Amino acid sequence: MASLDNLGPDTFRAFLAAQPPALLAGLGGVVALLGVAGAISAALSAWRPGTRFLELRRRIASWWVMVALLAGALLAGWQATVVVFAVISFMALREFLSLAPIRKEDRPAILAAYLILLAAYGFIAADRYMFYLVFIPVWTFLGLPFLMALLGQTRGFLTTAATFHWGLVTCVYNLGFAAFLMRVPASDHLPAGAAGLVFFLLLATEFNDVAQYVVGKVIGRHKVVPTVSPNKTWEGFVGGWLLTALLIWKLGPVFTPLSGRGLLIVALALPVAGFAGDVTMSAVKRDIGVKDTSNAIPGHGGVLDRADSLTFTAPLYFHLLALFALHKF
Amino acid sequence: MRWLRFLLLILVARPLALFMTGADVSGRERLPLKGPAIVAANHSSHVDTLLLLAIFPSRALMRVRPAAAADYFLKDPVIGWFSRNVIGIVPVARLKAGAGEDVLAPAREALAAGDIVVVFPEGTRGDGDELGQLKGGVARLAEAFPDAPVTPVWIQGAGRVLPKGEAIPAPLNCAVLVGEPMRWTGQRPAFMASLRAALLALKAEAPPLRWS
Repeated sequence: MASLDNLGPDTFRAFLAAQPPALLAGLGGVVALLGVAGAISAALSAWRPGTRFLELRRRIASWWVMVALLAGALLAGWQATVVVFAVISFMALREFLSLAPIRKEDRPAILAAYLILLAAYGFIAADRYMFYLVFIPVWTFLGLPFLMALLGQTRGFLTTAATFHWGLVTCVYNLGFAAFLMRVPASDHLPAGAAGLVFFLLLATEFNDVAQYVVGKVIGRHKVVPTVSPNKTWEGFVGGWLLTALLIWKLGPVFTPLSGRGLLIVALALPVAGFAGDVTMSAVKRDIGVKDTSNAIPGHGGVLDRADSLTFTAPLYFHLLALFALHKF
Repeated sequence: MRWLRFLLLILVARPLALFMTGADVSGRERLPLKGPAIVAANHSSHVDTLLLLAIFPSRALMRVRPAAAADYFLKDPVIGWFSRNVIGIVPVARLKAGAGEDVLAPAREALAAGDIVVVFPEGTRGDGDELGQLKGGVARLAEAFPDAPVTPVWIQGAGRVLPKGEAIPAPLNCAVLVGEPMRWTGQRPAFMASLRAALLALKAEAPPLRWS
């Protein structure tokens, strides 16, 4: 029995020792940051009791859950990470198809969309990059409308076909690039492993979200597109851009093989992509007539509300990495 | 048997409901946790029952009994066994209503035993878009148990996941909106009118259903 008791901590220690130190330090940093945010929100609630800071506390509690889930998956390896991203894509796509205008005849197309999701993640699991690249943008683009044509309803056909394609590209294809980074081999000189690449994408994207929000709250005056997203200000956008670019410039070499020109381009482009994803998804939500895509994440809204910027940053980060640093892609 | 039901509801019904519908509940704290209590929901799909069984907290789950049509769920012995012992239905003999038989007797027994009875006052599955005509049985139950709260629940979108006549469910988000519990007001038509108003008010808050 004594040996069994020792097995737990020892295996855990060996598991951690096998992880890239930079990844562990990065995850530790995020945990510390969340701890500080939690302490501040608890202090604020104690100072001004009531419901005023309830939303903030709920939001931070949800951050803990998301960080635990993603950190666990990244440490466990590519299989777990692919599964977690497949679930994120599934929840995002389900939200999208639930809110978008769809015709009653499209039930088989909805089921087909979920099968397409499975196949796309199957290509990631099988490490078939070329199949993945063309499967949704070319073959699904053609095949799903053909299926819809066979269903026989032509009213609103083009609009509905476009709606399905938009949902599949953002929720499945674009988010899938984040998972595909887990398939980069160690021979690509990764300073924090493949998980470090994904970790840094998530860190930069979410840091940018939070930085733009906080800077906008504090000094925001001039609205960027008030008809689409009344909370987005030029001050928030530029402030978040500078802070995130600085973060990427400073920490990029710790987690990615990027340096010099490639690193500079990622630092400058990723915050803009995050902002673009946020605003574009806001336009979609405004068109549909909802504020949040669901209440799946308490304090944040739906999965698509949280992952909107990631649907733009993931493919950008992937392709810039492939262009400047990775031999595999 | 009770434990089999509990395990199946926790380990199968809940994950299944979450996968199929996202189970997007607002006002969960308004659900009754002990009986006698009545929950009145709109009805557009078998998913409604699954979803309602999935959103109750575990400590109340064993008390939840969905009212279901005896002519539909008890005609086949296998489905009948499953309906009684796993879903835990309270049978309502719809076809015998008006023939002098007390079709609400099983529901009253369940309430007397301290159960939470879930009723679908429309009496059948609708098209999922509009609230159908409400039948008065729920008012008679409330009259018989004036201290039992009647909690209105609007389920948005279950009719898209599995419409009447379809066999394969398609995962789509469903919003479940739980309203403020109502009390028996002493008059059946007025009670039914306020129940209808409460359900329609919840429907107005639900996310839009854009399908045509």
